[in-house]
Amino acid sequence: MTEPLYRAEQLTRRYRNGGTEVLALDNVDLTIEPGRRLGIVGESGSGKSTLVRLLAGLDRPTSGRIWFEGTEITSLPERRLGFLRAAVQMVFQDPRSSLNPRMRVGDIITEPLRSRLVRRQLPGGVDHATRLAEVLEAVDLPADSGGRYPHEFSGGQRQRIAIARALAPKPEILIADEPVSALDVSVRAQVLNLLTDLVAAQGLTLIVVSHDLMVVRHLCDQLAVMRAGRIVEQGDTETVYTRPGTDYTRALLAAIPRIRTAG
Amino acid sequence: MSLLEVRDLRVSFGRRKIEAVRGVDFEIAEGQRLGVIGESGSGKTVTALALMGLLPDNATATGSVRLRGNEIIGAPEVALARLRGDAVSMVFQEPMTALDPTMRVGRQVAEVLRLHQGAESGPARDRVVSMLAEVGLTDPTRIADAYPHQLSGGQRQRVVLAMALINSPDLVVCDEPTTALDVTVQALVLQKLDEVLTASGAACLFISHDLAVVSQVCDRVLVMLDGEVVEAGTVAELFTDATHPYTRGLVATARLELTRPGQRLPTVEDFYAPEARLGERA
Repeated sequence: MTEPLYRAEQLTRRYRNGGTEVLALDNVDLTIEPGRRLGIVGESGSGKSTLVRLLAGLDRPTSGRIWFEGTEITSLPERRLGFLRAAVQMVFQDPRSSLNPRMRVGDIITEPLRSRLVRRQLPGGVDHATRLAEVLEAVDLPADSGGRYPHEFSGGQRQRIAIARALAPKPEILIADEPVSALDVSVRAQVLNLLTDLVAAQGLTLIVVSHDLMVVRHLCDQLAVMRAGRIVEQGDTETVYTRPGTDYTRALLAAIPRIRTAG
Repeated sequence: MSLLEVRDLRVSFGRRKIEAVRGVDFEIAEGQRLGVIGESGSGKTVTALALMGLLPDNATATGSVRLRGNEIIGAPEVALARLRGDAVSMVFQEPMTALDPTMRVGRQVAEVLRLHQGAESGPARDRVVSMLAEVGLTDPTRIADAYPHQLSGGQRQRVVLAMALINSPDLVVCDEPTTALDVTVQALVLQKLDEVLTASGAACLFISHDLAVVSQVCDRVLVMLDGEVVEAGTVAELFTDATHPYTRGLVATARLELTRPGQRLPTVEDFYAPEARLGERA
Protein backbone atom coordinates (compact mmCIF):
# COMPACT_ATOMS: atom_id res chain seq x y z
CA MET A 1 0.00 0.00 0.00
CA THR A 2 1.33 3.41 -0.88
CA GLU A 3 1.72 6.05 1.76
CA PRO A 4 -1.06 8.68 1.72
CA LEU A 5 -0.07 12.29 1.15
CA TYR A 6 -1.34 13.32 4.56
CA ARG A 7 -2.17 11.21 7.54
CA ALA A 8 -3.41 12.81 10.74
CA GLU A 9 -4.11 10.95 13.97
CA GLN A 10 -6.13 12.16 16.92
CA LEU A 11 -5.47 15.84 16.27
CA THR A 12 -6.53 18.05 19.12
CA ARG A 13 -5.99 21.79 19.38
CA ARG A 14 -6.95 23.90 22.36
CA TYR A 15 -6.70 27.68 22.42
CA ARG A 16 -6.60 29.85 25.48
CA ASN A 17 -8.86 32.82 25.06
CA GLY A 18 -8.53 35.04 28.11
CA GLY A 19 -9.39 32.78 31.02
CA THR A 20 -11.44 30.30 29.01
CA GLU A 21 -10.15 27.37 27.04
CA VAL A 22 -11.56 26.66 23.60
CA LEU A 23 -11.40 23.19 22.13
CA ALA A 24 -11.02 24.04 18.44
CA LEU A 25 -10.18 20.56 17.22
CA ASP A 26 -11.26 17.41 19.00
CA ASN A 27 -9.57 14.11 18.12
CA VAL A 28 -9.67 14.38 14.36
CA ASP A 29 -8.34 11.57 12.15
CA LEU A 30 -7.85 12.28 8.45
CA THR A 31 -6.14 10.75 5.42
CA ILE A 32 -5.66 12.49 2.10
CA GLU A 33 -4.51 10.59 -0.97
CA PRO A 34 -2.45 12.39 -3.63
CA GLY A 35 -4.42 13.99 -6.45
CA ARG A 36 -7.67 14.13 -4.51
CA ARG A 37 -9.75 17.24 -4.01
CA LEU A 38 -11.01 17.44 -0.46
CA GLY A 39 -13.62 19.92 0.69
CA ILE A 40 -13.99 20.77 4.37
CA VAL A 41 -17.29 22.43 5.27
CA GLY A 42 -18.80 23.69 8.48
CA GLU A 43 -19.90 26.86 10.23
CA SER A 44 -17.64 29.50 11.80
CA GLY A 45 -15.94 27.96 14.80
CA SER A 46 -16.29 24.37 13.61
CA GLY A 47 -12.51 23.98 13.46
CA LYS A 48 -12.07 23.80 9.70
CA SER A 49 -9.50 26.59 9.46
CA THR A 50 -7.63 25.24 12.50
CA LEU A 51 -7.40 21.85 10.80
CA VAL A 52 -5.89 23.20 7.57
CA ARG A 53 -3.50 25.46 9.49
CA LEU A 54 -2.20 22.36 11.24
CA LEU A 55 -1.88 20.50 7.93
CA ALA A 56 0.03 23.42 6.42
CA GLY A 57 2.34 23.51 9.43
CA LEU A 58 1.30 27.06 10.34
CA ASP A 59 0.27 25.91 13.80
CA ARG A 60 1.01 22.92 16.03
CA PRO A 61 -1.55 20.57 17.57
CA THR A 62 -1.96 20.37 21.35
CA SER A 63 -1.82 16.61 20.89
CA GLY A 64 -1.91 14.20 17.95
CA ARG A 65 0.40 13.67 15.01
CA ILE A 66 0.53 14.47 11.29
CA TRP A 67 2.57 12.69 8.64
CA PHE A 68 3.26 14.31 5.29
CA GLU A 69 4.44 11.79 2.66
CA GLY A 70 5.48 9.49 5.49
CA THR A 71 7.45 12.10 7.45
CA GLU A 72 6.04 13.21 10.75
CA ILE A 73 5.82 17.00 10.64
CA THR A 74 4.41 17.61 14.11
CA SER A 75 7.75 16.90 15.79
CA LEU A 76 10.01 18.74 13.34
CA PRO A 77 11.46 22.16 14.14
CA GLU A 78 10.61 25.01 11.77
CA ARG A 79 14.07 25.04 10.15
CA ARG A 80 13.48 21.47 8.92
CA LEU A 81 10.01 22.15 7.47
CA GLY A 82 11.36 23.58 4.20
CA PHE A 83 10.08 20.62 2.18
CA LEU A 84 6.58 21.22 3.54
CA ARG A 85 6.72 24.98 2.86
CA ALA A 86 7.66 24.31 -0.76
CA ALA A 87 5.08 21.55 -1.28
CA VAL A 88 2.08 23.12 0.43
CA GLN A 89 0.79 26.58 -0.45
CA MET A 90 -2.24 28.47 0.79
CA VAL A 91 -4.76 30.91 -0.61
CA PHE A 92 -6.72 32.91 1.96
CA GLN A 93 -10.20 34.38 2.01
CA ASP A 94 -9.61 38.07 1.63
CA PRO A 95 -6.92 39.17 -0.84
CA ARG A 96 -7.08 42.69 0.61
CA SER A 97 -5.49 41.43 3.81
CA SER A 98 -3.35 38.60 2.42
CA LEU A 99 -1.44 40.79 -0.07
CA ASN A 100 1.00 43.39 1.24
CA PRO A 101 -0.27 46.73 -0.15
CA ARG A 102 3.25 48.22 -0.22
CA MET A 103 4.78 45.50 -2.37
CA ARG A 104 4.63 45.31 -6.12
CA VAL A 105 2.70 42.34 -7.46
CA GLY A 106 5.85 40.84 -8.97
CA ASP A 107 7.60 40.88 -5.59
CA ILE A 108 4.52 39.44 -3.87
CA ILE A 109 4.32 36.53 -6.29
CA THR A 110 8.05 35.68 -6.22
CA GLU A 111 8.38 36.11 -2.45
CA PRO A 112 7.98 32.36 -1.72
CA LEU A 113 10.91 31.72 -4.10
CA ARG A 114 13.13 34.02 -2.04
CA SER A 115 12.35 32.26 1.25
CA ARG A 116 15.50 30.55 2.57
CA LEU A 117 13.54 27.47 3.60
CA VAL A 118 11.74 27.10 0.29
CA ARG A 119 14.72 28.03 -1.90
CA ARG A 120 16.72 24.99 -0.81
CA GLN A 121 13.91 22.70 -1.95
CA LEU A 122 13.67 24.09 -5.44
CA PRO A 123 15.76 22.90 -8.38
CA GLY A 124 18.78 25.19 -8.77
CA GLY A 125 18.51 28.30 -10.87
CA VAL A 126 14.80 29.00 -10.90
CA ASP A 127 14.65 32.28 -12.74
CA HIS A 128 12.25 34.53 -10.87
CA ALA A 129 11.26 36.60 -13.90
CA THR A 130 10.50 33.48 -15.95
CA ARG A 131 8.46 31.92 -13.15
CA LEU A 132 6.59 35.20 -12.62
CA ALA A 133 5.66 35.31 -16.30
CA GLU A 134 4.56 31.65 -16.16
CA VAL A 135 2.27 32.00 -13.18
CA LEU A 136 0.79 35.31 -14.35
CA GLU A 137 -0.15 33.55 -17.56
CA ALA A 138 -1.51 30.56 -15.63
CA VAL A 139 -3.89 32.78 -13.66
CA ASP A 140 -4.77 34.85 -16.71
CA LEU A 141 -3.40 38.21 -15.54
CA PRO A 142 -1.75 40.70 -17.93
CA ALA A 143 2.00 40.11 -18.33
CA ASP A 144 2.79 43.65 -17.12
CA SER A 145 0.97 43.15 -13.77
CA GLY A 146 4.24 42.53 -11.93
CA GLY A 147 5.17 46.20 -11.77
CA ARG A 148 1.86 47.33 -10.31
CA TYR A 149 0.48 47.42 -6.76
CA PRO A 150 -2.43 45.34 -5.36
CA HIS A 151 -4.78 48.33 -5.02
CA GLU A 152 -4.72 48.77 -8.80
CA PHE A 153 -6.57 45.47 -9.18
CA SER A 154 -10.17 44.41 -8.61
CA GLY A 155 -11.16 41.85 -5.94
CA GLY A 156 -11.22 38.95 -8.37
CA GLN A 157 -7.87 39.94 -9.88
CA ARG A 158 -6.34 40.22 -6.41
CA GLN A 159 -7.44 36.69 -5.62
CA ARG A 160 -5.71 35.65 -8.87
CA ILE A 161 -2.53 37.32 -7.57
CA ALA A 162 -2.82 35.31 -4.35
CA ILE A 163 -3.27 32.12 -6.40
CA ALA A 164 -0.27 33.03 -8.57
CA ARG A 165 1.86 33.48 -5.44
CA ALA A 166 0.76 30.06 -4.20
CA LEU A 167 1.68 28.46 -7.54
CA ALA A 168 5.12 30.10 -7.78
CA PRO A 169 7.12 27.42 -5.90
CA LYS A 170 5.36 24.64 -7.88
CA PRO A 171 3.53 23.13 -4.91
CA GLU A 172 1.98 19.66 -4.83
CA ILE A 173 -0.87 20.80 -2.62
CA LEU A 174 -2.98 23.90 -2.73
CA ILE A 175 -4.99 24.76 0.38
CA ALA A 176 -7.70 27.34 -0.22
CA ASP A 177 -9.44 28.76 2.86
CA GLU A 178 -12.75 30.30 1.74
CA PRO A 179 -11.24 31.30 -1.63
CA VAL A 180 -14.38 32.96 -3.02
CA SER A 181 -16.34 34.06 0.08
CA ALA A 182 -15.11 37.65 -0.12
CA LEU A 183 -15.87 37.92 -3.83
CA ASP A 184 -18.96 39.06 -5.71
CA VAL A 185 -21.10 36.25 -7.07
CA SER A 186 -20.37 37.52 -10.59
CA VAL A 187 -16.61 37.12 -10.04
CA ARG A 188 -16.91 33.86 -8.11
CA ALA A 189 -17.45 31.76 -11.24
CA GLN A 190 -14.22 33.02 -12.83
CA VAL A 191 -12.10 32.16 -9.80
CA LEU A 192 -13.76 28.74 -9.43
CA ASN A 193 -13.13 27.99 -13.12
CA LEU A 194 -9.52 29.06 -12.68
CA LEU A 195 -9.02 26.76 -9.68
CA THR A 196 -10.65 23.83 -11.52
CA ASP A 197 -8.39 24.34 -14.56
CA LEU A 198 -5.20 24.78 -12.53
CA VAL A 199 -5.80 21.70 -10.40
CA ALA A 200 -6.40 19.61 -13.53
CA ALA A 201 -3.51 21.09 -15.54
CA GLN A 202 -0.90 20.90 -12.78
CA GLY A 203 -2.09 17.71 -11.09
CA LEU A 204 -2.47 19.47 -7.74
CA THR A 205 -3.97 17.99 -4.63
CA LEU A 206 -6.58 20.47 -3.47
CA ILE A 207 -7.97 21.16 -0.01
CA VAL A 208 -10.81 23.68 0.07
CA VAL A 209 -12.31 25.09 3.24
CA SER A 210 -15.71 26.73 2.89
CA HIS A 211 -19.02 27.32 4.61
CA ASP A 212 -20.65 27.10 1.20
CA LEU A 213 -21.53 23.55 0.21
CA MET A 214 -22.18 24.52 -3.41
CA VAL A 215 -18.64 25.83 -3.84
CA VAL A 216 -17.17 22.69 -2.34
CA ARG A 217 -19.41 20.47 -4.39
CA HIS A 218 -18.21 22.16 -7.52
CA LEU A 219 -14.49 21.90 -6.72
CA CYS A 220 -14.07 18.73 -4.71
CA ASP A 221 -14.56 14.98 -5.08
CA GLN A 222 -14.37 14.29 -1.34
CA LEU A 223 -16.13 16.03 1.48
CA ALA A 224 -15.64 16.29 5.23
CA VAL A 225 -18.33 18.02 7.29
CA MET A 226 -17.09 19.54 10.54
CA ARG A 227 -18.94 20.62 13.62
CA ALA A 228 -17.60 21.72 17.02
CA GLY A 229 -14.08 20.50 16.28
CA ARG A 230 -15.04 17.07 14.95
CA ILE A 231 -15.57 15.57 11.53
CA VAL A 232 -19.21 14.47 11.69
CA GLU A 233 -19.53 13.13 8.18
CA GLN A 234 -17.05 12.21 5.47
CA GLY A 235 -17.24 10.68 2.03
CA ASP A 236 -17.63 11.07 -1.67
CA THR A 237 -19.02 14.57 -2.43
CA GLU A 238 -21.99 13.48 -4.54
CA THR A 239 -23.03 10.87 -1.97
CA VAL A 240 -22.89 13.29 0.93
CA TYR A 241 -24.65 15.89 -1.16
CA THR A 242 -27.47 13.69 -2.40
CA ARG A 243 -27.81 11.41 0.63
CA PRO A 244 -26.59 13.32 3.69
CA GLY A 245 -26.10 11.02 6.68
CA THR A 246 -26.55 13.51 9.50
CA ASP A 247 -29.14 16.14 10.37
CA TYR A 248 -26.37 18.71 10.55
CA THR A 249 -25.36 18.15 6.93
CA ARG A 250 -29.03 18.30 5.92
CA ALA A 251 -29.33 21.65 7.74
CA LEU A 252 -26.24 22.98 5.93
CA LEU A 253 -27.73 21.91 2.60
CA ALA A 254 -31.09 23.46 3.39
CA ALA A 255 -29.43 26.78 4.25
CA ILE A 256 -28.00 27.34 0.76
CA PRO A 257 -29.89 30.30 -0.66
CA ARG A 258 -31.76 29.25 -3.77
CA ILE A 259 -33.44 31.61 -6.13
CA ARG A 260 -37.05 32.01 -5.14
CA THR A 261 -39.35 33.13 -7.90
CA ALA A 262 -42.74 32.46 -6.36
CA GLY A 263 -44.83 35.29 -4.97
CA MET B 1 -47.95 58.93 -4.13
CA SER B 2 -45.22 56.39 -3.54
CA LEU B 3 -43.39 56.14 -0.24
CA LEU B 4 -40.06 56.76 -1.93
CA GLU B 5 -39.52 58.48 -5.27
CA VAL B 6 -36.06 58.71 -6.78
CA ARG B 7 -35.76 60.86 -9.90
CA ASP B 8 -32.62 61.26 -12.00
CA LEU B 9 -30.34 60.74 -9.01
CA ARG B 10 -26.72 61.52 -9.80
CA VAL B 11 -23.87 61.35 -7.34
CA SER B 12 -20.32 62.40 -8.14
CA PHE B 13 -17.19 62.40 -6.04
CA GLY B 14 -14.22 64.69 -5.62
CA ARG B 15 -13.01 67.67 -7.57
CA ARG B 16 -12.97 65.72 -10.80
CA LYS B 17 -16.68 64.95 -10.35
CA ILE B 18 -16.39 61.25 -11.09
CA GLU B 19 -19.94 59.96 -11.38
CA ALA B 20 -20.73 56.89 -9.29
CA VAL B 21 -24.49 57.08 -9.85
CA ARG B 22 -25.58 58.31 -13.26
CA GLY B 23 -29.24 59.13 -13.43
CA VAL B 24 -31.18 56.56 -11.43
CA ASP B 25 -34.99 56.49 -11.29
CA PHE B 26 -37.17 54.21 -9.18
CA GLU B 27 -40.06 54.16 -6.74
CA ILE B 28 -40.96 52.11 -3.71
CA ALA B 29 -44.61 51.89 -2.67
CA GLU B 30 -45.78 51.41 0.95
CA GLY B 31 -44.73 47.99 2.17
CA GLN B 32 -43.01 47.08 -1.09
CA ARG B 33 -39.67 45.30 -1.13
CA LEU B 34 -37.20 46.19 -3.82
CA GLY B 35 -33.89 44.43 -4.36
CA VAL B 36 -30.85 46.04 -5.97
CA ILE B 37 -28.18 43.78 -7.44
CA GLY B 38 -24.91 44.60 -9.13
CA GLU B 39 -21.22 44.08 -8.57
CA SER B 40 -18.83 46.10 -6.38
CA GLY B 41 -18.58 49.62 -7.74
CA SER B 42 -21.89 49.55 -9.59
CA GLY B 43 -23.32 52.32 -7.39
CA LYS B 44 -25.70 50.33 -5.20
CA THR B 45 -24.32 51.48 -1.86
CA VAL B 46 -23.91 55.09 -2.99
CA THR B 47 -27.58 55.09 -4.03
CA ALA B 48 -28.56 53.80 -0.59
CA LEU B 49 -26.40 56.38 1.21
CA ALA B 50 -27.91 59.15 -0.94
CA LEU B 51 -31.44 58.30 0.10
CA MET B 52 -30.40 58.19 3.76
CA GLY B 53 -28.67 61.56 3.37
CA LEU B 54 -25.45 59.88 4.51
CA LEU B 55 -23.15 60.72 1.60
CA PRO B 56 -19.64 61.84 2.56
CA ASP B 57 -18.69 65.54 2.28
CA ASN B 58 -16.78 65.13 -0.97
CA ALA B 59 -19.88 63.83 -2.75
CA THR B 60 -22.28 65.95 -4.78
CA ALA B 61 -25.81 64.68 -5.30
CA THR B 62 -28.29 66.07 -7.80
CA GLY B 63 -31.78 65.03 -8.82
CA SER B 64 -34.53 64.25 -6.38
CA VAL B 65 -35.14 61.74 -3.59
CA ARG B 66 -38.54 62.16 -1.95
CA LEU B 67 -39.52 60.18 1.12
CA ARG B 68 -43.21 60.71 1.95
CA GLY B 69 -42.93 63.85 -0.15
CA ASN B 70 -39.98 65.25 1.83
CA GLU B 71 -37.00 66.11 -0.33
CA ILE B 72 -33.81 64.46 0.96
CA ILE B 73 -31.28 65.93 -1.47
CA GLY B 74 -30.03 69.20 -0.05
CA ALA B 75 -32.10 68.91 3.13
CA PRO B 76 -30.44 70.28 6.31
CA GLU B 77 -28.82 67.75 8.66
CA VAL B 78 -31.37 68.48 11.43
CA ALA B 79 -34.27 67.43 9.21
CA LEU B 80 -32.40 64.33 8.02
CA ALA B 81 -31.52 63.26 11.57
CA ARG B 82 -35.22 63.33 12.42
CA LEU B 83 -36.05 61.05 9.50
CA ARG B 84 -33.21 58.60 10.02
CA GLY B 85 -33.96 55.89 12.54
CA ASP B 86 -37.60 56.96 12.50
CA ALA B 87 -39.06 57.06 8.98
CA VAL B 88 -36.12 55.28 7.38
CA SER B 89 -33.45 53.08 8.95
CA MET B 90 -30.49 51.11 7.73
CA VAL B 91 -28.83 47.72 8.27
CA PHE B 92 -25.19 47.59 7.21
CA GLN B 93 -23.00 44.73 6.07
CA GLU B 94 -20.69 44.43 9.05
CA PRO B 95 -22.56 44.46 12.39
CA MET B 96 -19.35 44.86 14.39
CA THR B 97 -18.75 48.29 12.87
CA ALA B 98 -22.40 49.33 13.24
CA LEU B 99 -22.39 48.66 16.99
CA ASP B 100 -20.50 50.55 19.69
CA PRO B 101 -18.08 48.03 21.25
CA THR B 102 -18.08 49.78 24.64
CA MET B 103 -21.84 49.83 25.20
CA ARG B 104 -24.22 47.03 26.15
CA VAL B 105 -26.39 46.24 23.13
CA GLY B 106 -29.66 46.77 25.00
CA ARG B 107 -28.70 50.38 25.68
CA GLN B 108 -27.79 50.86 22.03
CA VAL B 109 -31.20 49.66 20.89
CA ALA B 110 -32.89 51.79 23.57
CA GLU B 111 -30.96 54.86 22.42
CA VAL B 112 -32.78 54.79 19.08
CA LEU B 113 -36.08 54.65 20.90
CA ARG B 114 -35.23 57.46 23.33
CA LEU B 115 -33.91 59.77 20.60
CA HIS B 116 -37.03 59.54 18.51
CA GLN B 117 -39.81 58.82 20.96
CA GLY B 118 -38.38 60.34 24.14
CA ALA B 119 -39.17 57.08 25.94
CA GLU B 120 -38.19 56.66 29.60
CA SER B 121 -35.47 54.09 30.34
CA GLY B 122 -37.72 51.68 32.26
CA PRO B 123 -40.46 51.16 29.64
CA ALA B 124 -37.82 51.47 26.90
CA ARG B 125 -36.06 48.41 28.27
CA ASP B 126 -39.23 46.34 28.02
CA ARG B 127 -39.68 47.42 24.42
CA VAL B 128 -36.04 46.58 23.66
CA VAL B 129 -36.29 43.11 25.17
CA SER B 130 -39.50 42.31 23.29
CA MET B 131 -37.96 43.64 20.05
CA LEU B 132 -34.90 41.43 20.55
CA ALA B 133 -37.24 38.48 21.02
CA GLU B 134 -39.08 39.44 17.83
CA VAL B 135 -35.93 39.17 15.72
CA GLY B 136 -35.56 35.61 16.97
CA LEU B 137 -33.01 36.02 19.75
CA THR B 138 -33.63 33.46 22.46
CA ASP B 139 -32.89 34.73 25.97
CA PRO B 140 -33.32 38.42 24.99
CA THR B 141 -32.65 39.78 28.52
CA ARG B 142 -29.20 38.20 28.56
CA ILE B 143 -28.50 39.52 25.04
CA ALA B 144 -29.58 43.03 26.08
CA ASP B 145 -26.96 43.00 28.85
CA ALA B 146 -24.19 41.68 26.63
CA TYR B 147 -21.48 43.66 24.85
CA PRO B 148 -21.20 43.22 21.06
CA HIS B 149 -18.00 41.14 21.29
CA GLN B 150 -19.80 38.59 23.46
CA LEU B 151 -22.28 37.83 20.68
CA SER B 152 -21.90 35.79 17.51
CA GLY B 153 -22.07 37.40 14.08
CA GLY B 154 -25.66 36.29 13.52
CA GLN B 155 -26.75 37.57 16.94
CA ARG B 156 -25.07 40.94 16.31
CA GLN B 157 -26.75 41.33 12.95
CA ARG B 158 -30.13 40.61 14.56
CA VAL B 159 -29.42 43.25 17.21
CA VAL B 160 -28.79 45.73 14.37
CA LEU B 161 -32.03 44.55 12.78
CA ALA B 162 -33.85 45.18 16.07
CA MET B 163 -32.34 48.68 16.18
CA ALA B 164 -33.49 49.35 12.63
CA LEU B 165 -37.04 48.20 13.30
CA ILE B 166 -37.84 49.38 16.83
CA ASN B 167 -39.27 52.74 15.72
CA SER B 168 -41.47 51.01 13.10
CA PRO B 169 -39.90 52.86 10.15
CA ASP B 170 -41.69 53.12 6.80
CA LEU B 171 -38.55 52.02 4.96
CA VAL B 172 -35.65 49.79 5.95
CA VAL B 173 -32.52 49.98 3.80
CA CYS B 174 -30.42 46.80 4.01
CA ASP B 175 -26.95 46.95 2.46
CA GLU B 176 -25.53 43.43 2.08
CA PRO B 177 -26.92 42.50 5.50
CA THR B 178 -25.88 38.85 5.38
CA THR B 179 -22.72 38.92 3.27
CA ALA B 180 -20.44 38.65 6.32
CA LEU B 181 -22.39 35.69 7.74
CA ASP B 182 -22.21 31.90 7.36
CA VAL B 183 -24.83 30.26 5.11
CA THR B 184 -26.76 28.73 8.01
CA VAL B 185 -26.83 32.01 9.93
CA GLN B 186 -27.63 33.88 6.73
CA ALA B 187 -30.69 31.69 6.18
CA LEU B 188 -31.88 32.43 9.72
CA VAL B 189 -31.31 36.20 9.49
CA LEU B 190 -33.09 36.38 6.10
CA GLN B 191 -36.04 34.45 7.50
CA LYS B 192 -36.28 36.79 10.51
CA LEU B 193 -35.98 39.85 8.26
CA ASP B 194 -38.81 38.49 6.13
CA GLU B 195 -40.95 37.88 9.25
CA VAL B 196 -40.40 41.27 10.89
CA LEU B 197 -40.96 43.14 7.63
CA THR B 198 -44.22 41.27 7.13
CA ALA B 199 -45.26 41.93 10.74
CA SER B 200 -44.48 45.66 10.64
CA GLY B 201 -45.52 46.26 7.03
CA ALA B 202 -42.34 48.27 6.41
CA ALA B 203 -41.00 48.73 2.89
CA CYS B 204 -37.48 47.55 2.18
CA LEU B 205 -34.63 48.38 -0.17
CA PHE B 206 -32.38 45.32 -0.16
CA ILE B 207 -28.90 45.56 -1.67
CA SER B 208 -26.82 42.51 -2.48
CA HIS B 209 -24.47 41.12 -5.10
CA ASP B 210 -26.22 37.76 -4.69
CA LEU B 211 -29.42 37.29 -6.67
CA ALA B 212 -30.31 34.16 -4.67
CA VAL B 213 -30.18 36.15 -1.42
CA VAL B 214 -32.22 39.04 -2.86
CA SER B 215 -34.90 36.61 -4.04
CA GLN B 216 -35.44 35.40 -0.46
CA VAL B 217 -36.74 38.82 0.58
CA CYS B 218 -37.79 40.73 -2.55
CA ASP B 219 -40.12 40.24 -5.45
CA ARG B 220 -38.92 43.11 -7.59
CA VAL B 221 -35.28 43.70 -8.49
CA LEU B 222 -33.24 46.51 -10.06
CA VAL B 223 -30.00 45.59 -11.79
CA MET B 224 -27.28 48.23 -11.55
CA LEU B 225 -24.21 48.44 -13.75
CA ASP B 226 -21.65 51.26 -13.80
CA GLY B 227 -23.96 53.66 -11.96
CA GLU B 228 -27.05 53.03 -14.05
CA VAL B 229 -30.14 50.87 -13.69
CA VAL B 230 -29.94 48.57 -16.71
CA GLU B 231 -32.93 46.40 -15.92
CA ALA B 232 -35.92 46.24 -13.58
CA GLY B 233 -38.49 43.53 -13.06
CA THR B 234 -39.68 40.68 -10.88
CA VAL B 235 -37.26 37.89 -10.00
CA ALA B 236 -39.21 35.57 -12.30
CA GLU B 237 -39.00 38.05 -15.18
CA LEU B 238 -35.24 38.42 -14.78
CA PHE B 239 -34.96 34.66 -15.18
CA THR B 240 -37.11 34.19 -18.19
CA ASP B 241 -37.09 37.50 -20.05
CA ALA B 242 -33.92 39.38 -19.09
CA THR B 243 -33.35 41.92 -21.84
CA HIS B 244 -29.90 43.15 -20.87
CA PRO B 245 -27.01 40.71 -21.52
CA TYR B 246 -25.42 41.67 -18.18
CA THR B 247 -28.56 40.53 -16.35
CA ARG B 248 -28.49 37.22 -18.20
CA GLY B 249 -24.87 36.84 -17.09
CA LEU B 250 -25.75 37.56 -13.45
CA VAL B 251 -28.59 35.06 -13.53
CA ALA B 252 -26.30 32.39 -15.00
CA THR B 253 -23.52 32.90 -12.43
CA ALA B 254 -25.97 32.84 -9.53
CA ARG B 255 -26.85 29.20 -10.09
CA LEU B 256 -23.87 26.97 -9.33
CA GLU B 257 -26.14 23.95 -9.01
CA LEU B 258 -26.99 23.94 -12.71
CA THR B 259 -23.40 23.16 -13.70
CA ARG B 260 -22.06 19.64 -13.24
CA PRO B 261 -19.29 19.63 -10.62
CA GLY B 262 -15.90 20.20 -12.23
CA GLN B 263 -17.39 21.51 -15.48
CA ARG B 264 -16.77 25.08 -16.54
CA LEU B 265 -19.13 27.57 -14.86
CA PRO B 266 -20.73 30.28 -16.97
CA THR B 267 -19.30 33.75 -16.26
CA VAL B 268 -20.76 37.21 -16.79
CA GLU B 269 -18.23 37.74 -19.59
CA ASP B 270 -19.86 34.92 -21.58
CA PHE B 271 -22.89 37.17 -21.90
CA TYR B 272 -21.49 40.63 -21.55
CA ALA B 273 -17.97 41.33 -22.79
CA PRO B 274 -15.76 43.72 -20.79
CA GLU B 275 -14.51 45.23 -24.08
CA ALA B 276 -18.01 46.49 -24.72
CA ARG B 277 -18.06 48.00 -21.23
CA LEU B 278 -14.77 49.80 -21.73
CA GLY B 279 -16.03 51.14 -25.03
CA GLU B 280 -19.18 52.38 -23.34
CA ARG B 281 -17.22 54.21 -20.68
CA ALA B 282 -14.86 55.92 -23.10
